[in-house]
Amino acid sequence: MILQTVKIAELSKGGETVNNAILMSSGAENIDFMIHGIFKYEIFGQEVWITTSHVCILIVVLLMMAFAIAGNRAMKRAKEIPEGFQNVVELMVEKLDGMVEATMGKIAAPKFANYISTIFIFILMSNISGLFGLRPPTADYGTTLALGLITFFLIHFTQFKNLPVKQIWKDMCSPLPPWLPVWFPINLISEIAVPISLSLRLFANILSGTVMMALVYGLLSKIALVWPAALHVYFDLFSGAIQTYVFCMLTMTYIGQNYETE
Amino acid sequence: MNITGHDLIMACSAIGAGLAVIAGIGPGIGQGIAAGHGAAAVGRNPGAKGDIMSTMLLGQAVAETTGLYGLLIAMLLLFVQPLG
Repeated sequence: MILQTVKIAELSKGGETVNNAILMSSGAENIDFMIHGIFKYEIFGQEVWITTSHVCILIVVLLMMAFAIAGNRAMKRAKEIPEGFQNVVELMVEKLDGMVEATMGKIAAPKFANYISTIFIFILMSNISGLFGLRPPTADYGTTLALGLITFFLIHFTQFKNLPVKQIWKDMCSPLPPWLPVWFPINLISEIAVPISLSLRLFANILSGTVMMALVYGLLSKIALVWPAALHVYFDLFSGAIQTYVFCMLTMTYIGQNYETE
Repeated sequence: MNITGHDLIMACSAIGAGLAVIAGIGPGIGQGIAAGHGAAAVGRNPGAKGDIMSTMLLGQAVAETTGLYGLLIAMLLLFVQPLG
């Protein structure tokens, strides 16, 4: 989001900008890891941009939808002994369900397996879309903040749904007894920090990979022949998969906390 | 060569960005300790390798956050230039 505003400010200025000047002076000609505005429209007097992030999200979502439709059709013609595409779909669903159930327990798992699996596939595909020449949508703070806020609201929705208000108040004043809410503001800050740290972790990891690859291709473009593939494996595949796992794991842990007393 | 106030702020921002990524030391040490204990745990109980690996990676990724905050500050100083 921050980088997005910068780019928009640059575009509205229309000229050579200072940070480009710094990078140019270091011998690079085509370092580009910024979000670009593609299309501008005005709504309620505000300038709104359609950026490359939107386009990349659209591509990822269309791929997911195509996969879902193909999976649905494969499962309609399902056989007793699975073969081909049916194998892939069954394996994915089984693994994701197993992951959710191992973390959240038998009570909460069926309620959240759909959501967790969806964001798992979405974040994973977004992270590895850097391999296919897209700019990863998760390297835009707007995307990850939205994911973090969904987690935040899910945590507190399940909390108020499953726990009595007395228990929540007791937890918020946690180290001291409930009639002495000295720790309440500190606990409140730690609750608010959850979506911020969740979203910033994902954003910064993917952004650092994107920036690093852009620097490699921009500054070392003459000798960047085959070996950047190893960097792609680390930054896009390994780091992206780990961060996806961590995001889903932390979401499941935070939500699962509200089910433990049952 | 004329050095304007803006140039001075840009130079100081670059130095500040370099100083901000020193924050990477902390997570480096922390992740190393976690990996060392993970290796020791696998040595004691090789059967639980999968569980130990996933727990270790989760802890390391959470510990990494503080270093990434430093990286973000460096990025902000270099590319967003809140001071310039």
